[in-house]
Amino acid sequence: MATIPTPLRDIAKVIRSKNAGPFEITLDIVFKTKEDFETVKKSGVITKELVSKLYNVPTQSIITFGFFDLVNAVKITLPRPRPQGGVGETDMHAAQQHVPLQEIRVPWPAT
Amino acid sequence: MAVASNDEIRILTPSGMLGYGFPIDHFRMGLALRPHAITIDSGSTDSGPQKLGLGEMTCSREAYVKDIEVLLEAQHETKIPVLISSAGGDGTNLHVDVFRDIIAEIARRRGWRFKLASIYADIDKGLIGRELRAGRIGPLGPVPPLDQREIDAATVIVAQMGAEPFCKALDESEGVDVIVSGRSYDPSPTAAMAIRAGFDPALAWHMGKIMECGALCAEPVGRNVMGYLRRDHFEIEPLNPAERCTTASVAAHTLYEKTHPFLLAGPGGTLDLSNCKYEQVTDRRVRVSGSRFEPSKHYTVKLEGAKTAGFRSIFIAGARDPIFISQIDEILEKVMAGARAYFAEVPEESYRIIPHIYGKNGVMGDLEPHKTPAHELCIIVEVAATTQALATAICGKTRTSLMHSPYPGRIATAGNLASPFTPLEIPLGAACEFNVYHLMKIDSPTALFPIKYEEIF
Repeated sequence: MATIPTPLRDIAKVIRSKNAGPFEITLDIVFKTKEDFETVKKSGVITKELVSKLYNVPTQSIITFGFFDLVNAVKITLPRPRPQGGVGETDMHAAQQHVPLQEIRVPWPAT
Repeated sequence: MAVASNDEIRILTPSGMLGYGFPIDHFRMGLALRPHAITIDSGSTDSGPQKLGLGEMTCSREAYVKDIEVLLEAQHETKIPVLISSAGGDGTNLHVDVFRDIIAEIARRRGWRFKLASIYADIDKGLIGRELRAGRIGPLGPVPPLDQREIDAATVIVAQMGAEPFCKALDESEGVDVIVSGRSYDPSPTAAMAIRAGFDPALAWHMGKIMECGALCAEPVGRNVMGYLRRDHFEIEPLNPAERCTTASVAAHTLYEKTHPFLLAGPGGTLDLSNCKYEQVTDRRVRVSGSRFEPSKHYTVKLEGAKTAGFRSIFIAGARDPIFISQIDEILEKVMAGARAYFAEVPEESYRIIPHIYGKNGVMGDLEPHKTPAHELCIIVEVAATTQALATAICGKTRTSLMHSPYPGRIATAGNLASPFTPLEIPLGAACEFNVYHLMKIDSPTALFPIKYEEIF
């Protein structure tokens, strides 16, 4: 089947970021269907290495990374660049750190 | 008052956060279903360290009075216990007493009478120092190391209690009407009610975990939610008829604000949701089974603390000139170096100058993948120093230098910045930083959390 590179923002139901406590940022990508989840998982595009590159964080510092079948979701947890709410904070709730994930392109069936 | 049967305990949670308000008609619909307890959490670290650092509360006192009065009215009518956790957001002793006073004030005004238990969660710093030296305290995730200096610097340190102190308060005081607790693991009040009634702790913790956020597990997300815990499963349903729980919405809720989707560590053990089964019972209700709870080898509690870290001032300015914008990094670097040279008598490590450049990388900082700035920038320069006056002085020097700084190719020689506000330098008050976020091993899950009982009328 012919595929075209399609950004995750056009595929996923939820792409979000949030604090998980004052020292971690957690990122969720939740898919609409099991089929979409499996297609993205099988594409092999989303890897620890990609996250490392997108968020400028060494792979060994990634706290959680995985495809979780029960919830059709990818979950990624990273250390915060600085403790939440301290001097130099840019995003108290870490609610706007998800955008690089929206732009990930995966091969998607052409319609 | 409804007594939990051997087969079912029902818990009503009106909202994920006390003080945000909740629809009273849906709450009354919940009361009609004869719950055995009302639980509500008011804790969160999410809005920042200034609560622990400066003794601020998440919501205003007026907002808490409004919500608590609705809960007390329900208690007065139905006689079921009301359990409020993490008073004021940080759950310090100070805020437990604020909640206690609010309850007393309402009781007096309305002519009501309550048996109240207040559970405290401030932890003695001497004890924390001793436990640290004994090797019984470790970091929770990527946290700066703890030492005696940081313990001393923290304004106050609290520990998140588990279900045991709530069970103790319910056991020791015959017919306790209201419990107000200091810092708690959010699911503890709900879990305590169910565990004390003899239900499976794994299901109790899992139901508590979902309900502590109110109806955030529903589609669309809401406030009032009802939980029905039985021998081998629990069911969850929002009270607003326009909302529904679906297997997807309930399963996905456990992702929210959590490090890991299935392994949720709490006081005394880890909840493992990897083998859970979610079934759609009705259009709006979901049944959950298969939750597991793995007790930890040592019982640990999470310590939380924040310190004040000097004072901050900022300035806010716009930039529109493309010649200036194309050189913003170099210009700022030069201006900040100039300000540092001007304040040479101030120890360099005692203050910080941090630019936030919106339109470039203001939101994501070093994580920003896009390197090209927008056609206009909002520049906020944050200065943290040992006093407010010094922070404002350094901020002012940085602003005036940036305003008038020459740069290659400059043809707009009157000024580089568009300033929207006066004062041009804005004092922000004391800055705070989380500096304690650690796990401490404890021998008794109740000994650290003293309980005070009283009759309020």
